[in-house]
Amino acid sequence: MAKKEPIKNTDDFVEEKEYSILNLGPTHPATHGIFQNVLKMDGEIIHEATPTVGYIHRAFEKLAERRPYNQITTLTDRLNYCSSPINNMGWHMTVEKLIGAKLPKRVEYMRVIVMELSRIADHLICNSVIGVDTGAMTGFLYIFQWREKIYDIYESICGARLTTNMGRIGGFEREWPQKTWDLIDAFLKNYPKALQEFANLLERNKIFMDRTINCGPISAEMALNYSFTGPNLRAAGVDYDVRVATPYSSYEDFNFTVPIGTSGDTYDRFMVRQEEMYQSMDIIKQAIKNMPKEGGFHADVPDFYLPPKEEVYNNMEALIYHFKIVMGETDVPKGEIYHCVEGGNGELGFYLQSDGGRTPFRLHFRRPCFIYYQAYPEMIKGSMLSDAIITMSSMNVIAGELDA
Amino acid sequence: MSQDLLNKLTESINLNVGGAIEKAELPYDFATITIHKEHIHEVLEFLKNDKNWNFHFLTDLTGFQTADEKQLGVVYHLHNMITNIRVRIKTHFDINKPEIPTATDIWPGANWMERETFDFYGVKFKGHPNLKRILNVDEMDIFPLRKEYPLEDQQREDKDDKMFGR
Amino acid sequence: MSNKPIKRTKLEMAKSPEGIEGPGFFAAKLQDVIGLARANSLWPLPFATSCCGIEFMATMASDYDLARFGSERLSFSPRQADMLMVMGTIAKKMGPTLRQVYEQMAEPRWVLSVGACASSGGIFDTYSVLQGIDRIIPVDVYVPGCPPRPEQIIEGILKIQELAKNESLRRRNSPEYKKLMNSYGIE
Repeated sequence: MAKKEPIKNTDDFVEEKEYSILNLGPTHPATHGIFQNVLKMDGEIIHEATPTVGYIHRAFEKLAERRPYNQITTLTDRLNYCSSPINNMGWHMTVEKLIGAKLPKRVEYMRVIVMELSRIADHLICNSVIGVDTGAMTGFLYIFQWREKIYDIYESICGARLTTNMGRIGGFEREWPQKTWDLIDAFLKNYPKALQEFANLLERNKIFMDRTINCGPISAEMALNYSFTGPNLRAAGVDYDVRVATPYSSYEDFNFTVPIGTSGDTYDRFMVRQEEMYQSMDIIKQAIKNMPKEGGFHADVPDFYLPPKEEVYNNMEALIYHFKIVMGETDVPKGEIYHCVEGGNGELGFYLQSDGGRTPFRLHFRRPCFIYYQAYPEMIKGSMLSDAIITMSSMNVIAGELDA
Repeated sequence: MSQDLLNKLTESINLNVGGAIEKAELPYDFATITIHKEHIHEVLEFLKNDKNWNFHFLTDLTGFQTADEKQLGVVYHLHNMITNIRVRIKTHFDINKPEIPTATDIWPGANWMERETFDFYGVKFKGHPNLKRILNVDEMDIFPLRKEYPLEDQQREDKDDKMFGR
Repeated sequence: MSNKPIKRTKLEMAKSPEGIEGPGFFAAKLQDVIGLARANSLWPLPFATSCCGIEFMATMASDYDLARFGSERLSFSPRQADMLMVMGTIAKKMGPTLRQVYEQMAEPRWVLSVGACASSGGIFDTYSVLQGIDRIIPVDVYVPGCPPRPEQIIEGILKIQELAKNESLRRRNSPEYKKLMNSYGIE
């Protein structure tokens, strides 16, 4: 079967031709999240697309100016809600950088485990949804069971499934129970088999390959110009990963490969995410094997980390710290900080300007989805409508992160 | 970034675009250079096109309001992935005349980031292809992230401010 | 095989409505029969905007399967759906779209507001978020939570099933219902 070429030369279209305008509206089953695209089409081929975003703008940055530092974690949950722990940890690391806290290695390894688990959860949703958009419902239905297993792990750590609010500034709120470690071991043992079944459905499936190869490609140069990061950039061939470039939370101790693609099309994005899931499992295994025995579960930052209740009732200093932290009266150093982590979609950055008050003076989230979605009209120019849908779902655009 | 690298960078900028730098600091080991608003476009172009510095990647572009509330500013975070150097370029201008040249001709990815800054602070980017509101409703006539405007919707009647500690 | 006694869940199939039975016939009230049919085949329109949408995906997937309660066919077309499930934050920019989708739905229609953001604005007490969808459309069942667990979403749907089962056939034409619609400005 001939390789499908997207029609890129839209100059062939004559000016007097009548184009139809199609509104791929905010409520559409295939746009995961609410975005509107007004498409100018010639039959089935898209000539031009005008996106509109902002349908779920919740004013995070203004809201953050009102909340003390430990209350902003709940906002960061709701950015990329498919992988909330990564956002939470990124925020905690930003504040720790600001106050100059050093964490014990054990806490950093625990953070790495949680972040890699959430990366697996995020890529799992994205890949199964690419399958659903090409028509393959089965993969989604059954691979979601494994996301439920990850939810069980989150629940045993922090109590919540999706919007986790996990961890505190300085570490975790409590030591992980034995159940967590057992669940993680069971997951690592059983997930590769399920992932292999999912891969068998789609990876070398002729229908899937015909639909996704050469669908919505982007060159490495254009991707860098549009400030792409994350799996979308790696699928285009640029090996940039924040975990390798500016390691945080002891990522330099781990040995892992960064998968890259060649043509930046949907198939490459799918495969990059598949391989990243295997790499994440490898990192978790290394973390569990090399986990230091001593270190506890939090750093020694009494100004920000709540003291245990026994001390609060018996010790004057602990009582004062408790009062100051809960009322949000802790003094934070003045300064500006930019910290970035590798989120599920790319470089998630936190730009914080602090004026010494109890709330940030200015907090800006560098949201990868917002930045790379601007290239979407370019990517779908000349392709057919169904290919445009698959391109959008393979870019993993999450509405919460796009509009913030 | 080390202090010598920052010195080399400031020398380089001063050589090519004279008198542009207002101050150069190193808070938390991150080079932060404040540029006067008249030279901002030349400096950004120099930083991208120079073979030595080659800041080809625009990580972030956002706005802020200064502490005295009389000036607005724009922050650019640039990144050179090959040598792994990051730098922060800041500029500021009067709140009553917030105009600055656009960076979309240097990095196409600045397009939506500048629209967001316009939406939140009202900074007009001269030469931007499509400077409209992006996240808020099109009919909004205020710039919500400025400190003078409140967070809550003032028309709501079901939430009692006394109960919410405001 | 363990020696523990097997715990049997008390299964209850759909009960047949009250009526008079005889050889070859069953006479019941039309309202009961129609209520039974409507309740057990509600086709939802998932209006998923944010995090609650992911919990909805978990509800539809195999662990908490929603299809076994009759909601097998998700319909994204308002004309073919019975139940509008609003999941996630509704910003003021999205309000007119939600209103339009609700108006396009044909009677009888029910609205399920899933999550804190849809019920009351949630944690986002800001200038850009609509503080509850009941400001623009009438809501039947509210499911609180941030996000609610799939079991809670299923309980919300079961409550709508109860409403559908016990609804009078004349309700949608009654003056009280018309008054409710008028208070929202919907004809």
